[in-house]
Amino acid sequence: MSPEAARAVAPGATVALPRPTVAVGEATGRPRRPRWGRLVVHLLLVASVAVIGFPLYYAFVISTQSLDQVIQRPPRLLPSTHALENYVEAWRRSHMGRLLLNSMIVAVAVAAGKIAISMLSAFAIVYFRFRGRQFVFWMIFITLMLPIPVRILPTYEVIGTLGWLDSYAGLTVPLMASATATFLFRQFYLTVPNELCEAAQLDGCGPLRFLASFLLPLSWANIAALFVVLFIYGWNEYLWPLLITNTDEMRTVVIGLERLIPRSGTELPTWNLIMAGAMMALLPPVAVIIFMQRWFVRGLIESEK
Amino acid sequence: MKRTVFANRWLPYLLVLPQVVVTVVFFFWPAAKSLYLSVFKSPPFGGRDIFVGLDNFTALLQSPEYYDSIVNSFVFAGGVTALSVLGGLAVAALANQKIRGLAVYRTALLWPYGIAPAVAGIIFLFIFHPAYGVLPYFLSFVTAYEFNWLLEGWIAMTLVVAATAWTHLGYNIAFFLAGLQGIPDSLLEAADVDGAGPVRRFVSIVIPLLSPVTFYLVVVNMVSGFFGSFGVIHAVTHGGPGHATEIMVYKLWKDGFLGLNLGSSAAQSVILMALVIGLTMLQFRFVEKKVTY
Repeated sequence: MSPEAARAVAPGATVALPRPTVAVGEATGRPRRPRWGRLVVHLLLVASVAVIGFPLYYAFVISTQSLDQVIQRPPRLLPSTHALENYVEAWRRSHMGRLLLNSMIVAVAVAAGKIAISMLSAFAIVYFRFRGRQFVFWMIFITLMLPIPVRILPTYEVIGTLGWLDSYAGLTVPLMASATATFLFRQFYLTVPNELCEAAQLDGCGPLRFLASFLLPLSWANIAALFVVLFIYGWNEYLWPLLITNTDEMRTVVIGLERLIPRSGTELPTWNLIMAGAMMALLPPVAVIIFMQRWFVRGLIESEK
Repeated sequence: MKRTVFANRWLPYLLVLPQVVVTVVFFFWPAAKSLYLSVFKSPPFGGRDIFVGLDNFTALLQSPEYYDSIVNSFVFAGGVTALSVLGGLAVAALANQKIRGLAVYRTALLWPYGIAPAVAGIIFLFIFHPAYGVLPYFLSFVTAYEFNWLLEGWIAMTLVVAATAWTHLGYNIAFFLAGLQGIPDSLLEAADVDGAGPVRRFVSIVIPLLSPVTFYLVVVNMVSGFFGSFGVIHAVTHGGPGHATEIMVYKLWKDGFLGLNLGSSAAQSVILMALVIGLTMLQFRFVEKKVTY
């Protein structure tokens, strides 16, 4: 689920989470259960992990089999020895290198762009009093109510007019407005003590210096958390790249994968290659979640407030 | 409290400029154009737009296919929400126990959030594959029913709902865990002393206290089901078999980009816009009332 789409309707909705929990699940003083009770909980958790993990395991298993093994009955649920050749072939056939590169560029640019644009506008809204400030704030707010489907044709037209079809600019710039990131930074700046700004001004520090030398270093935790969530959003976006790319060179991996599935019906789908492709497409965002889990959970939950 | 601010005439405008430009060019202008197009009939290959008033809307409301897409959207979004919110609550309640290895479990439960619904759909497509899939194979021992998503609409719907719910689970688990962490231990201990068993404690204390989070998650999952689920339909079923999995967003795209029926597509956009605005209002009303307590 993309955080933007998810939040389309929950703008700045204060979820009543009683305390800001970063380390979800750290030890609490809950009454200890008897030994057998804990065993049951472990068993149930292992069962949940197995159920949730099964589709991925199955995709992996299929990606390591030869086509004969894939279609054999009863289905073979153990890995086989054809992994290397399948992954090499899937890579070659789908131009995976290019697809992954495009996805990486798009995900990083969207995340970085959203963060940069939002930091600047939140800074203006909190640290300046200017005519039209409220108006700008509401403008940003209303974008939450305009997900891509409600403006799909005209946005496509705009991209065409700009000559941005099949370009990285077209893939990234229109996705860079972010109400949620702006609200997150605004919220954060409001918690920065006034004295910091006063002291900086006394020392003759201008607004841009203040932003770069004081606010930015304080914001790294927020930036990292947002980055993880927005990276996944950018990587997994489907409708937008499908609309504005026509050439194979500009497709992102999520779109490109669909093309491994033959629709004609005359050729036998090479399911082992499709699954190898799927594994390669899902690995980067899943790895980001696993290795940056702290930031991921924080980013998800903080950006809802 | 009065905030210390900087005095500068033009700098704030420069700072908000990038956001405002993107917002106006890619959000406001196209949204306004959607409204405009919805009352015109535009010949797809050029020529003048013809004003048709509300004809595009009345045509939609008289079309059984459009009704089907509305029903499909509700079935799809409702199914995804029910499955992933209830599943998320159950798993989060388990993972919130004071046991060893919690961090490992947590990681092992959250990661599906990273998988794009379209990619999840492709994996589930093979699990459901009528000839080679593992699910129809095992079902064939239980029932003689031919479990073929290419022929039966409800199976295709089950497929896309299951795949999408799978990717939503991690999100819901993360939120329920955070909500569970916020419930004071003293409350549960007091109930324990009063003789309430674990089930009673969960039903009478935990669930009511979680209702704001639950409500929020229901709205977010519904919205994501409505507006964010184009990918899984496009990658897996193409709206089929027949129109069985054609949800509103998919029909909108199909009519606009494949059918080149711009007026109808714009009218569908406007209907969706009304829906988002309505849902936003709903969200704010309920959040203000805090749902329970």
